[in-house]
Amino acid sequence: MNDIISEKKLKVIGTSPDRPDGVPKLTGTAQYGADHSLPGMLWAKVLRSPHAHARLLKIDYTKALALPGVKGIITSADLPEQKFDYLGPERVAQNFWHMTRNILAREKVLYEGHAIAAVAATTSAIADAALKLIVVDYEILPHVIDVEEAMADNAPLLFEDMITRGVTPPPTKASNISKRIQFQLGDPDSAFKTAEEIVEMHFKTAPVHQGYIEPHACLARADQDGQAEVWSSSQGHFVIRTMTAKLLGMKTGDLRCHASEIGGAFGGKTVVYLEPLAVALSRKTGHPVKITMTREEVFKASGPTSGASMTIKIGVMRDGTLVAAEGIFKYQAGAFPGSPVMNGCMCGFAPYDIANARTIGYDVVCNRPKAVAYRAPGSPISAFAVESTMDMVAKRIGMDPIQLRLKNIAKIGTPLLWGAKHGHAGFAETLQALQKHPHYQSPLGKNQGRGVAVGYWFNGGGESSCTVNVNEDGTVVVATGSPDIGGSRASTAQMAAETLGIAYEGVRPIIADTNSVGYTQATGGSRVTFATGMTVINACKKIIAEMCLRAAKIWKIESENVIWEDGSARPAGKRAGEFPPLTFKEIAAKRTATGGPIVASDSVNAEGQAPGFSAQFCDVEVDPETGAVKIVRYVAAQDVGRAIHPKYCEGQITGGVVQGIGWALNEEYIYNSAGRLENAGFLDYRMPVASDIPMIEAILVEVPNPNHPYGVKGVAEANIVPPMAAIANAVHGATGRRLTDLPMSPPKVLAALDA
Amino acid sequence: MSKQHVTTQINGNSVEFLCETRQTLLEVLRDELHLTGTKEGCGTGDCGACTVTVDSKMVCSCLFLGVEAEGKSIQTIEGMAQGDKLHVLQRKFTEHAALQCGICTPGMLIAAQTLLERNPDPTEEQTRYWLSGNLCRCTGYNQIIHAVLDAAKELRGAKS
Ligand code: FES
Ligand code: FES
Repeated sequence: MNDIISEKKLKVIGTSPDRPDGVPKLTGTAQYGADHSLPGMLWAKVLRSPHAHARLLKIDYTKALALPGVKGIITSADLPEQKFDYLGPERVAQNFWHMTRNILAREKVLYEGHAIAAVAATTSAIADAALKLIVVDYEILPHVIDVEEAMADNAPLLFEDMITRGVTPPPTKASNISKRIQFQLGDPDSAFKTAEEIVEMHFKTAPVHQGYIEPHACLARADQDGQAEVWSSSQGHFVIRTMTAKLLGMKTGDLRCHASEIGGAFGGKTVVYLEPLAVALSRKTGHPVKITMTREEVFKASGPTSGASMTIKIGVMRDGTLVAAEGIFKYQAGAFPGSPVMNGCMCGFAPYDIANARTIGYDVVCNRPKAVAYRAPGSPISAFAVESTMDMVAKRIGMDPIQLRLKNIAKIGTPLLWGAKHGHAGFAETLQALQKHPHYQSPLGKNQGRGVAVGYWFNGGGESSCTVNVNEDGTVVVATGSPDIGGSRASTAQMAAETLGIAYEGVRPIIADTNSVGYTQATGGSRVTFATGMTVINACKKIIAEMCLRAAKIWKIESENVIWEDGSARPAGKRAGEFPPLTFKEIAAKRTATGGPIVASDSVNAEGQAPGFSAQFCDVEVDPETGAVKIVRYVAAQDVGRAIHPKYCEGQITGGVVQGIGWALNEEYIYNSAGRLENAGFLDYRMPVASDIPMIEAILVEVPNPNHPYGVKGVAEANIVPPMAAIANAVHGATGRRLTDLPMSPPKVLAALDA
Repeated sequence: MSKQHVTTQINGNSVEFLCETRQTLLEVLRDELHLTGTKEGCGTGDCGACTVTVDSKMVCSCLFLGVEAEGKSIQTIEGMAQGDKLHVLQRKFTEHAALQCGICTPGMLIAAQTLLERNPDPTEEQTRYWLSGNLCRCTGYNQIIHAVLDAAKELRGAKS
């Protein structure tokens, strides 16, 4: 597989060329979700629940429909019922019975912001006015926000018939616990008895929003014959197509979805909110329909990731050998099942070789918006708990925190909690790179502390497709099905150029719509450069084989005597030296005479992805007067396999770390006693701004993945896993106080200082 | 609702439009004039994605009414490049990989441009504070700051 890595020197890979989609984004011509419009277009708005939990008794929209300019209104009565069924692998299972109820509430509203109806009108102001004319009768029910309270015996139930899955025999009583899962390796109970030291701690994290700057937006148009088209900002337009078609009872092939440019997503744009509404309204009214969310709607009705309550117990020998570990993870799913608790259970201890370990997870519904993936979903939450506990273990036995981790680091062959074995190197190398950083040992100032943490993420493979078209001037168009969020058009173009042996500038990468290229899973799980990269490389290899055939035709020799070298066909074997080489461009120019269009398509269901691993340290300064935590220095090392475009790899790392800093220090959902979100805006939900942070130092560690032609591992997610613990550990270093409850906002830090 | 007639300058061109008094400049730019380069991230003045200049002053166009544009001169991202020539800041943003998703980029560029007009030689800290009204969720700001400082350097070189 790794022929390309070893056989020739890379020319394009490992450089950082300008991205092919850069200029339209710099000049304002790039079309994002809300930038599309069509003649005759209507504007739609969504009516949302003001209550956290209520039965829907009656929805009367006759007055709203009578308002001049209103063209159509839909409620859940306009959507077909779905079967109650968990589909797909457990880790990412989907239930359309839940999904249709999240799109438009049916029997009950389950959170403030839950969609109830959608109105299409000739202007957005009219649509807004119409919302006020819709009369909804509610029977208000008691609500529950906190995960522990939702698990309590007498908690208000979101679903009166929900029986916990994964428990045998199944409980007889309904609860808010959708699922219990457990993983175990060895015999942790006996092993804890042999431990010389045991550290046990409890943690809580707050739900945080992905915080993409572009609110959800889409435009749809439907024809009377059942066809429809959607332009939307999404991580996966194929996902949009599958979900929307199923939710509306359409034929998949009748729905054509286009990936607009996407203004950030981080996992939050892998589901549908607006698209089915826009298509349904377009069908009903016969007009194109555009819907955009306000920022308040984004906060109240999309995302976030789970908040959690966790208990971690680690048993260690005084020489630093970890002998036993246990983690109990209770994750909020929001209003419908499906928190990333399973990932949390799998990732928490994955960096380490611990022969006896157990994790138990609970997926718990409560009256909040349904949790959605957020960068390495589930892993940062469990890592905050595990890595904070690891810090206390290091301090208990008086060992350097990097040394403790290195001593126990997982290697190739180390068993994993879920039965598999580690298949890749890179963890130790990454820790060593961090350890070697000149500032790891540098002295700290007054009120300063240093903290270390690591993070694991699976990374992803899966289904991707592409088509490569060779043009008559020797340039190529590479069409993939992967929406580009952070520069993947650049990396796919680099891999294509490298494989074909042509200039990067000769490759034009595009994202084709769902009906123009093969099925491709969403951009997520750090899978695109790996899996889509692989299919692009395969297609380019097919192009090379075809170019050799064409050269053989031109030379009138046997095709087995043509080889491809440095972007040219050369006669070889017994024909070696008979003709001067033919360049890519020369062969492309003879397309018509040699057999017509030169095109190759390829699809993969890629396996062999290697996990992501990041090790980070940070220095903080805690203001004893205000409790404010300032990040003084931040260093993040990550194993990227091979950096295709080093600058964008670094960008992924710095971006992930800064999101983690927000998660650690400021970001949280604040609910009042009525279950209403009190900080649904960027003023009060405070994400890091440029003046809050220093330069983040990224260290790219390259331990190539042997299962990818260029060694790619995926870089987008592992970086957000360590920061919360790294910062908590640094705060502990600075103050001697252990913060176990996120965010570590100034009031909490002050309270800890005063305790 | 009757509409108001507004005469203004946008990116050096005189423009006339009709708008309702409640409409923001952002809505007018995007929905009436189809200048969708200016983005909406929040609508409440908290993200900077909608940054434009009005008479050379930096303004959140989501907090500025369309009718207030009467007689003013407005610059949006669409007016930054000159013909086929990108502005130095635009060039530096690509070179430094200062955009990932790019949704914050138009507002960031306008804000950076106003900074450099006032202070051709800003420090890193001054740059961070000037841009603190512009949220970027993707980059962690490193590359944006590098791009702005590098553009400042090139612009200073060009002048001396
Ligand atoms: S849209 Fe104007 S500041 Fe966010
Ligand atoms: S590049 Fe995505 S928000 Fe800045």
